[in-house]
Amino acid sequence: MARAVTPRRKALVTVLAWTIGLALFFPILWTVILSFKTEGDAIASPLTVLTTPFTLESYHVVQDRSNYFLHFWNSVVISLGSTLFALVVAIPAAWAMAFVPGPKTKDLLMWMLSTKMMPAVGVLVPIYLLFRDLGLLDSRIGLVVVLMLMNLPIVVWMLYTYFREIPGEILEAARMDGATLKDELIHVLTPMAVPGIASTLLLNVILAWNEAFWTLQLTTSKAAPLTTFIAGYSSPEGLFYAKLSAASTLAIAPILILGWFSQKQLVRGLTFGAVK
Amino acid sequence: MSTQASRTAARLMISPAVILLLGWMIVPLAMTLWFSMQRYNLLMPGMGGFTGFDNYSYFLTDPAFFDAIKNTLVLVLGVLAITTVGGLLLALLLDQPFWGQGIVRVLVIAPFFVMPTVSALVWKNMFMNPVNGVFAHLAKSIGLQPYDFLAQSPLASIVLIVAWQWLPFATLILLTALQSLDSEQLEAAEMDGAGPISRFFYVMLPHLARAITVVILIQTIFLLSTFAEILVTTNGGPGTASTTLTYLVYVQSLLQFDVGSGAAGGIVAVVLANIVAIFLMRMIGKNLEN
Amino acid sequence: MGEIVLKGVTKRFGDVEVIPPIDLAIHDGEFVVFVGPSGCGKSTLLRLIAGLEDVSGGKIEIDGKDATETAPSDRGLAMVFQSYALYPHMSVKKNIAFPLKMAKLPPAEIEAKVQAAAKVLNLSAYLDRKPGQLSGGQRQRVAIGRAIVRSPEAFLFDEPLSNLDAALRVNMRLEISELHHTLKTTMIYVTHDQVEAMTMADKIVVLQAGRIEQVGSPLELYRTPRNRFVAGFIGSPKMNFIEGAEAAKHGAHAIGIRPEHIRISTTEGMWKGTVGVSEHLGSDTFLHVTTEHGLLNVRAGGEVDLHHGDSVFLSPDMAQLHRFDKEGGALK
Repeated sequence: MARAVTPRRKALVTVLAWTIGLALFFPILWTVILSFKTEGDAIASPLTVLTTPFTLESYHVVQDRSNYFLHFWNSVVISLGSTLFALVVAIPAAWAMAFVPGPKTKDLLMWMLSTKMMPAVGVLVPIYLLFRDLGLLDSRIGLVVVLMLMNLPIVVWMLYTYFREIPGEILEAARMDGATLKDELIHVLTPMAVPGIASTLLLNVILAWNEAFWTLQLTTSKAAPLTTFIAGYSSPEGLFYAKLSAASTLAIAPILILGWFSQKQLVRGLTFGAVK
Repeated sequence: MSTQASRTAARLMISPAVILLLGWMIVPLAMTLWFSMQRYNLLMPGMGGFTGFDNYSYFLTDPAFFDAIKNTLVLVLGVLAITTVGGLLLALLLDQPFWGQGIVRVLVIAPFFVMPTVSALVWKNMFMNPVNGVFAHLAKSIGLQPYDFLAQSPLASIVLIVAWQWLPFATLILLTALQSLDSEQLEAAEMDGAGPISRFFYVMLPHLARAITVVILIQTIFLLSTFAEILVTTNGGPGTASTTLTYLVYVQSLLQFDVGSGAAGGIVAVVLANIVAIFLMRMIGKNLEN
Repeated sequence: MGEIVLKGVTKRFGDVEVIPPIDLAIHDGEFVVFVGPSGCGKSTLLRLIAGLEDVSGGKIEIDGKDATETAPSDRGLAMVFQSYALYPHMSVKKNIAFPLKMAKLPPAEIEAKVQAAAKVLNLSAYLDRKPGQLSGGQRQRVAIGRAIVRSPEAFLFDEPLSNLDAALRVNMRLEISELHHTLKTTMIYVTHDQVEAMTMADKIVVLQAGRIEQVGSPLELYRTPRNRFVAGFIGSPKMNFIEGAEAAKHGAHAIGIRPEHIRISTTEGMWKGTVGVSEHLGSDTFLHVTTEHGLLNVRAGGEVDLHHGDSVFLSPDMAQLHRFDKEGGALK
């Protein structure tokens, strides 16, 4: 509403919003602060902590002790790999559903979503045993496959909602203009679909990066992504606040930054286009 | 509307996705069903054999099962209640004009991007720890006895942690939906004599119905498989005080190596989830129509 | 050459027959307008000709060759879509050049043709812009530009003016007519607006529920509509219809008289009535008169000093009276 707001009201809203915003953000902020402290300083009372000096000590310890970069790299490979594979399968499917909708398209989409509703524990036992027998336990390729299948319905849905916004008449115009299916894909569809594909990729990398059921069940050390790596701090290392904080900061920083960039896509993607 | 050739091509393009998902759904599910009727314990090889529904009766009569059902419900409903109501209020607040909107938005959304293991450990150690946690320090500074959250009310603490992670999601979606509300509708309501509260209930809330449905659906999908938060904080304890269905199946099959009853638990979880799913899919299906 | 002949063309969606068998001949250089209410199948018919939909039966011949199974791009037709369907990621220049690029013409030739088309359409200043930066009328012209560079056998227009405002619509109407005179290429134009049909067409095809109701020049349709539907659809304001005893006097189930064929007088005439709403446009005055035969619309030329509540007498011009039988067919 384009009406003037009284400054007092605006000030009040500002104070309230900032208070809540900072409160919600505080656990993350606190983690980052503690990661730059020594173990002794980190367990002191909050006000004292703020007066102690900063140090990079914990970051060195984390890397020396547990090869952080191996796990970081595992996270990258698993999240990016599973997303890329999912895109390869999902792009043609979503393209077909968006541009050649049949009477069953809607049912098909709902069915795909329903596979996502199946609780992971329902298939935990066979997947675990299959992985054990195939030697896929604690392997990156195994996780790539599982996470790809996990996220495939969401990827299809997201792409579908993006593709559906490309008007069908444009593709018909291209066909009238003499474009073959290949030309249509290269010159018309792809350039128009790239933004949608990019945000699908971004969001699914985030989801896969943070996935913490299958990664915890199926990896232990060599293929362990950051989720599993951090879970290792459960206890007793968890009592070493500074090291825990340093490891946590390293684990969430990349995805937090990606996430801030993709806020808008997050809404569209995760709501299957139902909210804009 | 299209030509025959393009429909054939379309079917070819859809099939890989459908085949993969069918395989992903049916093969392991059939295996789970098979295991659930077998005596199958990884610690006792050679003791196999068909047992019919013994695993089910064992799993369903286990007192832990009822605790797990109850805990799952508390967890899902508790988080849903906190995030939808809190998200709605927060969205209404953030929709007002104020200084630094962009920054506050970034602050509020941040928890959603924190991986579950990290948020659980941060809350468990740095906040809820009864000796060195921030809450303990706060309690001591005002002369109170520190409270051991995870030992004394484990489930409520987990609800709090999970709600912290999902509140941003609900807020962001509801805020987006709120901003898409045509301001002329609100002005029309105002001209029609509706006060702020009537405007909220008669104009805003109906407009948000779809977004609220989506929030509930998506969150339920993810909340039903909450796992990491329990694993790294309480391990389902003390006793079974914070064991959910997902966690119970994990304990049975991978910690106690009883594949048979773990599989039975898995099937139970699938059945229950399907009941919820049918209900939710109806809801979202209706909302996605238009 | 651009001669298009439909022989028994039908279209079914599932069990629903949206177009019953249609026969139609469109001659080279003709401007043909398909007109009818929304949902009458006119756009479907156009898309069948374009090849964007498969026919369920019958044959489409273009220049004497059977094109029923030919791919859209090989039919030598160009189409302008209702939404313009411009490629949003390409500049105006690239949009217009796209069909030429697809035809693998040498770049120099493409450049020359694009420049020529841009000049004809007054787009030269906008060649480097993206469609998003153009106004509705400019986008429309780009869509037309993309069609004319290919020098097609025929142009297909699918309600091209429906997204423009009223003033622009009149302008573009003139521009398209002018283009037809310059190019002398066959044009098939779909619209639901009978004014567009009357002003632009050499030949109008009136459709209802997939069926052709009548084919003819604008004035043929105006003068001798074959049935009540065409009579009511062509002409603005609409023809008045009277049923019952008054119609029986003329040996018909219903009689029709156009508003411009009724004389109005304050003193004497056939039908007595009371003026309701009167619309004074200066050049014309439209009066809605309540009579014993129902509400009749009357067009009086120029400025007429009649207002709400005035008593008047109406007399139809007998030579212009249309008579219809019970089924709605016109009686000679």
